[in-house]
Amino acid sequence: MAAHVDYFYFFMLLNFLFFFFLVVALVLVFAIRYRRSAHPKAEQIHGSLLLEIGWTVIPLGISMVMFAWGAILFFGFNRPPKDAMDIYGVGKQWMWKFQHLEGQREINQLHVPVGRDVRVVLTSMDVIHDFAVPAFRVKGDVIPGRYTAVWFHPTRPGTYHLFCDQYCGTLHSGMVGDVIVMEKDAYQRWLLTGGEGSLAQQGQKLFQQLGCNTCHRNDSQARGPNLAGLYGNPVTLTDGRTITADDNYIRESILRPEAKIVAGFQPIMPTFQGQINEEQVIELLNYIKSMAQEQPGGPVKTSPNSPAVPGASGPAAGTR
Amino acid sequence: MPREHYLNHEFGIKSWLLTKDHKRIGILYMLSITFFFVIGGIGATLIRLNLLTPYGTLVSAETYNKLFTLHGIMMVFFFLVPSVPAVLGNFALPLMLGAKDVAFPKINLLSWYIFIAGGSLELWALISGGVDTGWTFYTPFSTTFSNTNVITAALAIFIAGFSSILTGLNFIVTTHRMRAPGMTWFKMPLFVWSTYATAIIQVLGTPVIAITLVLVAMERAFHIGVFDPRWGGDPVLFQHMFWFYSHPAVYIMILPGMGVISEIIPCFARKSMFGYKFVAFSSIAIAVFGFIVWGHHLFIAGISVYSAMVFSFLSYAVAIPSAIKVFNWSATLYKGSISYRTPMLYAFGFIGLFTIGGLTGLFVAALGLDVHVHDTYFIIAHFHYIMVGGMVMAYLGGIHYWWPKITGRMYPEGWAKLSALVIFLGFNLTFFPQFILGYLGMPRRYHTYPPEFQVLNVLSSAGASILAVGYLLPLIYLLWSIRYGEVAGNNPWGASGLEWQTTSPPPPDNFAVTPVVTEEAYDYSKEREAAFV
Repeated sequence: MAAHVDYFYFFMLLNFLFFFFLVVALVLVFAIRYRRSAHPKAEQIHGSLLLEIGWTVIPLGISMVMFAWGAILFFGFNRPPKDAMDIYGVGKQWMWKFQHLEGQREINQLHVPVGRDVRVVLTSMDVIHDFAVPAFRVKGDVIPGRYTAVWFHPTRPGTYHLFCDQYCGTLHSGMVGDVIVMEKDAYQRWLLTGGEGSLAQQGQKLFQQLGCNTCHRNDSQARGPNLAGLYGNPVTLTDGRTITADDNYIRESILRPEAKIVAGFQPIMPTFQGQINEEQVIELLNYIKSMAQEQPGGPVKTSPNSPAVPGASGPAAGTR
Repeated sequence: MPREHYLNHEFGIKSWLLTKDHKRIGILYMLSITFFFVIGGIGATLIRLNLLTPYGTLVSAETYNKLFTLHGIMMVFFFLVPSVPAVLGNFALPLMLGAKDVAFPKINLLSWYIFIAGGSLELWALISGGVDTGWTFYTPFSTTFSNTNVITAALAIFIAGFSSILTGLNFIVTTHRMRAPGMTWFKMPLFVWSTYATAIIQVLGTPVIAITLVLVAMERAFHIGVFDPRWGGDPVLFQHMFWFYSHPAVYIMILPGMGVISEIIPCFARKSMFGYKFVAFSSIAIAVFGFIVWGHHLFIAGISVYSAMVFSFLSYAVAIPSAIKVFNWSATLYKGSISYRTPMLYAFGFIGLFTIGGLTGLFVAALGLDVHVHDTYFIIAHFHYIMVGGMVMAYLGGIHYWWPKITGRMYPEGWAKLSALVIFLGFNLTFFPQFILGYLGMPRRYHTYPPEFQVLNVLSSAGASILAVGYLLPLIYLLWSIRYGEVAGNNPWGASGLEWQTTSPPPPDNFAVTPVVTEEAYDYSKEREAAFV
């Protein structure tokens, strides 16, 4: 991706140089050639329709190439490969926190393996931040209240700047870190240094602690929807709409349960807003995701990392 | 006994503070925005000094954030937006139309008072404690997390907005109703066209930012839940509303400058404007298209891919009218008879710098590339090439062009040329390195930065010091010229517009006899006496 962005940049640069020197040459040549001392009497020329059409249509045509190329790249940025590995990130004033599915956590550092597509699913605990890795030519706003995602494909081991690019308050310029790209086996060894159990396991613990399982259960006593097999599948709401149970839907249903009620259920779930933080929401989310894989009738997953939907978020929120 | 004119027919502070004369109001604006420019410039100076080292040695992070907020708010809302329209527009527009004044002289004065009220309140907010949100006030930082004078700052912009609306309203009505006999739409100078297009934006756009800032203040005070997700709001909604005004506002900050350039180039090339109607309609096209491109500020803010594509497409569309203008200005020079007076040097500088600013706009309109350069110094460089390289050059060019009409005196040509050159060089040294910094990834609004960016930052700061000298020079020699400059005469440039047919400085009611317009705009086919060309 990074190389493709740079090719496009050089294409833009060529256009820039062409038009810039064209204008400069026109102005300089005319200004010198028709200076007052050499050309005391101006010739009155009022215009030329042909020229006007020319310098409207030609730049428009060229700019449409720019538009199309830029849009194609952008589509790539917004369509993470289906087998990308997920890492969750939370931005807060003024640090980055990352949670790997295997349970490893880190602050202001992001370890990733070389040669894999990595999708970082992000949200913010306070203001809008922006996850930017200039070396990979990627960037995405990190917005409170929803998940967005940035994906990249690191090709060379090394340490790269991670910047917060959206102004976020006093220590904005201190909200920096490193993306550390490691060889695959070194990354695997690094993952083992964490010891809290996988994100899904942490989520399961929390699920029981919070008593979620008293209502969300797989029997006739259930007062809430059964969550097994939920993730990535359609859900019918009381107002008749059908939506896909993606990250943003599940997050919203934990924090603002009254927002979307599943058909056949009462709006009785209490909100967990303010009681659990974004990192805990991510744990629960991953537990719920893992329940989709356990369910025999649910979608078959080949890898525990594969997301059920290509984007990280619903259509209204966009997929960046 | 000298001839009576608008400067000497009344004296005393009261005669200025109660004046309804558009020319005096223009001068009131000139003095006030110069003051705000100096305040904003001090902010810029401290920012650039701080960035000399990567470690933020000069000021604390808190102070740094307040400084760039001060710089942005002062320069955008209290210098650039009123610069050409409220100063040169006020002075020249009625004269160019052959009118005795604007349509509503009292409202014109009122708008200056509103501007001063807003400006004073803003200054107070920015200096007593300060504001640290940046001029963009992004939520939920501004509504919930910033501990600074956000409400006061927002209120001050809200107030100043009415000044902009009233000025725009005045210009629209003046253009429709006050034209001299024979002055048809297509005989109007292009400065009038572009000021008219600007006025449309001012009237239609400014209420939106006013509402938006009120919502920010209400969210901050009463947690009404429009922008902050914890109260059920949408933080990105703010960005849509903010840029719905602030992108068209970019055109408020460049269209009038384009108008100035369209006056200067025919005058010093002694030629009629090439493609007059195309240049005129391109102003209107920019004003119209300008309202539907705001989304290009949100490409990385989680908007959907398809809406991003629409905004990218429209952003390319809005670039075309600007390109049309640049090509027509260039073509106007062809077979002209060109003299290199200071206004013309500024016009040349404008074309070069605006072209760089415009062409780099194509980079950031490209979706895939914007992802990389968004919120970096690339953006800073891009919009300073438009706002400073474009608008400030045009403003200074216009000030020099109309200075003989405003004061009746010539500015000193040698000093003026020198300062134009110093500004051009200083500007490029300040902002060109920032394009490179941006592509290398340096984020904007950073108080400290990784050491590898230092060389380019030092270059930029060095350029800023040269730029500062360039801006100080006109401040000195223009003041000097009011007393010691050569007497200009009515039409020192032998220019074609109606403003040059009256005396310099003009009489209080502009024209002894209402002019009747028979010739086309920029009719340079006949020789006029031009003592200073």
